[in-house]
Amino acid sequence: MILHQFRYDLMAFLRNRQSRFFTLVLPILFLVIFVSVFGNHEIGPQNVKASTYYVPGIAALAVIAGSFVNLVISVTAQRESGVLKRRRATPVPAWVLIAGRALTAIAVALVVMTILLLIGRFAYGVKLPTSTIPGVVLTAVVGAVTFCCLGYALTTVIKDEDAAQPTVQALILPLYFISGIFIPNVNLPTWLRDVAEVFPVQHLADGLHHAFDPATHGAGLVWSDIGVLVLWAAAGLVVALWRFTWTPVAATG
Amino acid sequence: MDDAVITVQALSKRYGAVEAVAGIDLEVRRGEIFAFLGPNGAGKTTTVEILEGFRRRSSGDVRVLGVDPEDAGADWRNRVGTVLQESAPEPGLTVRECLQLYAGYYDTPRDIDETIAIVGLAEKAETLGEHLSGGQRRRLDVALGLIGDPELIFLDEPTTGFDPSARRAAWGVIGGLRELGKTVFLTTHYMDEAENLADRIAVIADGRIVAEGTPRTLGGRERMAARITFTLPAGADARELPLSGASANGRVVIESDRALSDVKIIADWALARGLDLPDLDVRRPSLEDVYLQLTRGPE
Repeated sequence: MILHQFRYDLMAFLRNRQSRFFTLVLPILFLVIFVSVFGNHEIGPQNVKASTYYVPGIAALAVIAGSFVNLVISVTAQRESGVLKRRRATPVPAWVLIAGRALTAIAVALVVMTILLLIGRFAYGVKLPTSTIPGVVLTAVVGAVTFCCLGYALTTVIKDEDAAQPTVQALILPLYFISGIFIPNVNLPTWLRDVAEVFPVQHLADGLHHAFDPATHGAGLVWSDIGVLVLWAAAGLVVALWRFTWTPVAATG
Repeated sequence: MDDAVITVQALSKRYGAVEAVAGIDLEVRRGEIFAFLGPNGAGKTTTVEILEGFRRRSSGDVRVLGVDPEDAGADWRNRVGTVLQESAPEPGLTVRECLQLYAGYYDTPRDIDETIAIVGLAEKAETLGEHLSGGQRRRLDVALGLIGDPELIFLDEPTTGFDPSARRAAWGVIGGLRELGKTVFLTTHYMDEAENLADRIAVIADGRIVAEGTPRTLGGRERMAARITFTLPAGADARELPLSGASANGRVVIESDRALSDVKIIADWALARGLDLPDLDVRRPSLEDVYLQLTRGPE
């Protein structure tokens, strides 16, 4: 039943031009742009090539775009247009709807990450992580689930679909900047790095950076990062379970 | 009583100090089309949403298909179809895909192509939902409400925004549900819709049921005075009329409890004077007249 929901959610996702652009095309553009800016020289704390730095960073962005940004916007729109309410009038259990949507986010995240990886490998010669593949996949999946939970939590405070896009961007853009996604955060003042440490973006990016670092051995898992992500996921889940509504919010007064 | 699909006893719903539904009783029997009418803000939507399991009541007893909708589960939802007042099509899916998605939610769904045909969307089956016209979207909504092959279907203002021919087509669909043995709980603002479709009607105003009956008998309609109207012919004086009535802009209006004999009195009077009354009209109160009388607020 989850797969049934997943199939149609994914189909709807892929048919939406905005979803395609922001989750599939934009991360690739970002990768190309940032690698060009830094001329693929060695950067960052580990002195890796720009491309090796940006593939995991932009992969983190792609995971967040597919799970958090897209989910908040589409779920808010579906709630306000009565689509969620109509689904709830059927026998389908709530968790199937939620899991199906989350699975879509995870699948999209993994696909985009694979594309970024292949571009990195063939255009910029980024070494594919082999021993750290479990770390890459697990970190990405935990990240996607975390940002799905946070996405559902965030929809509870957004009134309508017009407010969804600016709210989610205002939250996430600064975090991209301070969490080492756009610029290596060694360039940031300490206090700003401390702020970034609190939020999950930093930990998803750090987990993926670590897994992609050629100096990393073993499975490439950073348990502290996974731990912080899981804590955020739990917090998001609690808020979502407590506050999430299936019926339009703006209409009822 | 076991053919009652919906029974409501002393249902009330309070929002703070406001009593939106103030103790109503309803009974809907198997296989009938029941129209639930009332002005906006009368408690209609609140009542429907309580019956659909979307809202909790403050007090009273509600049974829908023998179950309290407040703790109804998937079994109950398998037997109930819901066409909400407002809901957009599933984004990014065609008509057929929408129905395939929803068919997967039910234990024993109807045939998809047949359901598309029932609502007259066969030619639009491969069209994206968001590319349908307003009337077509509504028909898709009805199809989604039917796909689970429910025993009971809620239709909340199913034809709002339809043009007259689309409305007629929709009536055909809804009337067809009766042939299929379904019970229909219908709300509408169109009195001709209720008159055409409903076996029984209840009217809610200010949170109370103010009338209940068939379209013919609602609010004592069958006993209400008829209205005889005609234009006074040139040369005749209203004071000469054998019956008293109101006169405005040369048009005479007579309220009559005995329409047949009153028409004869007027006809005899006119014929004796060699007058014709070419626009003579005898009209029983329409359902809309009755409804407006029943729901007129204290102003």
